[in-house]
Amino acid sequence: MLMRLIPVFKGIDFFPHDLRLPFMRYKGLAIGASLIAMAISLALCMTMGLNYGVDFKGGSLIELQSKSGDADVAALREQLNGLGLGNVQIQQFGPPSNVLIRLEEQPGGEKPQQAALKKVSDATQARFTQRRVEVVGPAVSSELRMTGFVAIAAGILAIVAYVWFRFEWQFAVGAVVALTHDVLVTAGIFSLFQFEFDLSTVAALLTILGYSVNDTVVVSDRIRENLRKFKKMDLNELLNLSINETLSRTILTGVTAIAVLISLYIFGGEVIRNFNFAMLLGVVIGTYSSIFIAAPLLGYFGVKRDWSDAAAKGVAAAKTKAKA
Amino acid sequence: MLHFTRLKIVVILLTCLAGFLVALPNFFSKETVASWPSFMPKQQLRLGLDLQGGAHLLLEMDQEEIKKDWMNNLRDESRKILRTAKIGVTGIGAQGTQLVIKLAKPEDRDEALKELRKIRQPVGNVMLGGGSYDVDVNEGPDAGTIIVKVTDAGLKQRISGAAASSIETVNRRVNNLGTSESTIVRQGTDRILIQFPGLKDTKELKQLIGETAKLTFHEVHPSLSPEDAKLTAIPPGYKIYPGDKGEGGEYLLRETPIVQGADLADAQPGFDSRTNEPVINFRFNQVGARRFANFTKDNVGRPFAIVLDDKVLSAPVIREPILGGSGQISGSFTVESTNRLAVQLRSGSLPAKLTIVEERTVGPSLGADSIADGERAGIIGGIAVICLTVLAYGTFGIFACLGLVVHLILTLALMTLIGSTLTLPGIAGLVLGVAMAVDANVLIYERIREELRVGKTPVAAIDAGFQRAFVTIADSQLTTLACALIMFWLGAGPIRGFAVTLTIGIMTSIFASVTVVRLLIWYWLKAQPKGRITTVPV
Repeated sequence: MLMRLIPVFKGIDFFPHDLRLPFMRYKGLAIGASLIAMAISLALCMTMGLNYGVDFKGGSLIELQSKSGDADVAALREQLNGLGLGNVQIQQFGPPSNVLIRLEEQPGGEKPQQAALKKVSDATQARFTQRRVEVVGPAVSSELRMTGFVAIAAGILAIVAYVWFRFEWQFAVGAVVALTHDVLVTAGIFSLFQFEFDLSTVAALLTILGYSVNDTVVVSDRIRENLRKFKKMDLNELLNLSINETLSRTILTGVTAIAVLISLYIFGGEVIRNFNFAMLLGVVIGTYSSIFIAAPLLGYFGVKRDWSDAAAKGVAAAKTKAKA
Repeated sequence: MLHFTRLKIVVILLTCLAGFLVALPNFFSKETVASWPSFMPKQQLRLGLDLQGGAHLLLEMDQEEIKKDWMNNLRDESRKILRTAKIGVTGIGAQGTQLVIKLAKPEDRDEALKELRKIRQPVGNVMLGGGSYDVDVNEGPDAGTIIVKVTDAGLKQRISGAAASSIETVNRRVNNLGTSESTIVRQGTDRILIQFPGLKDTKELKQLIGETAKLTFHEVHPSLSPEDAKLTAIPPGYKIYPGDKGEGGEYLLRETPIVQGADLADAQPGFDSRTNEPVINFRFNQVGARRFANFTKDNVGRPFAIVLDDKVLSAPVIREPILGGSGQISGSFTVESTNRLAVQLRSGSLPAKLTIVEERTVGPSLGADSIADGERAGIIGGIAVICLTVLAYGTFGIFACLGLVVHLILTLALMTLIGSTLTLPGIAGLVLGVAMAVDANVLIYERIREELRVGKTPVAAIDAGFQRAFVTIADSQLTTLACALIMFWLGAGPIRGFAVTLTIGIMTSIFASVTVVRLLIWYWLKAQPKGRITTVPV
């Protein structure tokens, strides 16, 4: 049969499975460092602010391609600065023939945005073709900003609700702290380096939430399983065991995800580079938070020890009674 | 548990086959697919505007204008009703969304209330609404005053009606632009989204929808000039209109038009036979023609004004009654602007001005580049995943990769089936879906290894691996699904496209990476010589 054609060989089990890294011993250090990182990120976002893209700040973004030869950015800058459109940012974008122009939001409502776009189009159409135009007026940009933040908050809430429903409240608290950490620290790095923060960054943050909680759930699941298996084991020891047992999976999945993201980052084109960067950052931060925040927090909160079926039934019965 | 019943195998294989067939057209060009025999599926995945190029415009109606128009209508109507009922009025003033009517004799108030309440229109579901109207007519605070107030429900209905008719008008205007299919849909209460695939230049489109194109014909005040009217008082029912050219030229016109653009039967661009300048030739419908004929009969020797969007284009003197119902509009037109105006007039006027609040246009070259980049990155990323998986899990790694292929095909097939649109962020969602699918296999295989380490037999270890890992997979996929659904409900544009592919990816990954891979492993086990399975190639 066909199956005979498939070569039979074992994979390389690169991971030393009897390895027991003492994650829990440094839980205070890890959580402390994470809290400090969160505080710094928050402070950065408050003081330096986020470098909002057109989606959130309003204004225009125009990508042009020179009709012949490389684009002369200096000449273009001089020309556009003469149009009286406030601060005009021009940068080379991808190949040397392409430039990206950013206009700040023009004062006076919706119509001046289109007027500004028209001025730039008229000034450049002889030498450039337009590859991309994005104009976002003040009404839409403030709505998008709102939607973006609500989406992230709702994403965290939905996840926490699910974790609470499937596990115990201590797990949900661990998850919410870990997820908030991921979002805050990623935003903090974006603020520190003033990377552009737009709708696609929000999409990336939501994806990071998904990835990070995926990691957290895998570890939590193992913790729950071990709680059933080792009824008398010290909690910190049990948490440490669970993290170590799932470590090979955590690393392999992480490496695969990072490999794909790097390929997208390098080859995926200029337009989604920002998104991919946020994702790469997030996968690393998300993996860290599952191991160093979500699980260790359980060590502080403690957790229900009796996970036997009888106990579970008892809880369920109590719950239905309470409902009735 | 590893065992599959014959029925189950047939269902799994049929699902894979169906998915393959549905996804197949996406790998070929439109022309190739069109030449296939009729029993083959032909639907292809729609590409988003960011991938195929095109224009996306979000327009907002001017609500203030709609309100103002309505208030003017209400005032005219109230005046007419009170006049017919022979109730004296000393003044009607509009304040925001209410009219204050002062009656000449306070004792007329009850009678006036009764008459004015005839203009109310019921709003919403009459059966359930419980007597809700678009305007409320009540006594004012002072004796002899009546307040006509627009209700919230009424305003909402007005705006929604205006949006609906705007969409129709925009649709008719845009259809003149040419070949490709555009979609025009309402967003929220007062916004209209136009998506126009393949459109390279939005200038023409913006000009077409940028004007309300409200054409009206007005009576010019017979004796008073606008300058004199400003010095003394503007007679009731009249209003000063600016000329089209901007400088100076003002006209004192009766506010209620003689004939409106809605009464036009046709409008075509043309040239004046004497001066050869571009003009618009128009023809009224029956109602319009009769009204215009009556007016011109009575007013020979006097001027009338042709007004477009509240600006006077021209005010010719009527030399003889115009009975045929057709005529010519001249102004400072160019050939281009007459072409455009003719389209706008034929399509009807917009109830209110539309403002562009968001524009996203992607040229075809960028779209093509994005597809090429996405494909290249996808292939390289895919190879990386395959190498890693096979390296880490050997033979079972190959099965996992086969599962991945099924996963991708099924995701494509589902997206094609539900007619969703693939966007650039959508491709990213596809990638995350792949990562989730790989993760499922990693979880299973790591578990199998663990079970082997504690000394289980190969078959038992495989069985336990699938069973134990499944709980974790379901939990982790469901939480991600919850996140994706939130993105879908709340998200705008790019977030939504991402959420759709991610959701579909999660759904197919459980089938492809768990069920299909398990089936492959089961086949592999069966193919081994009986009782000879000593090691598991994982």
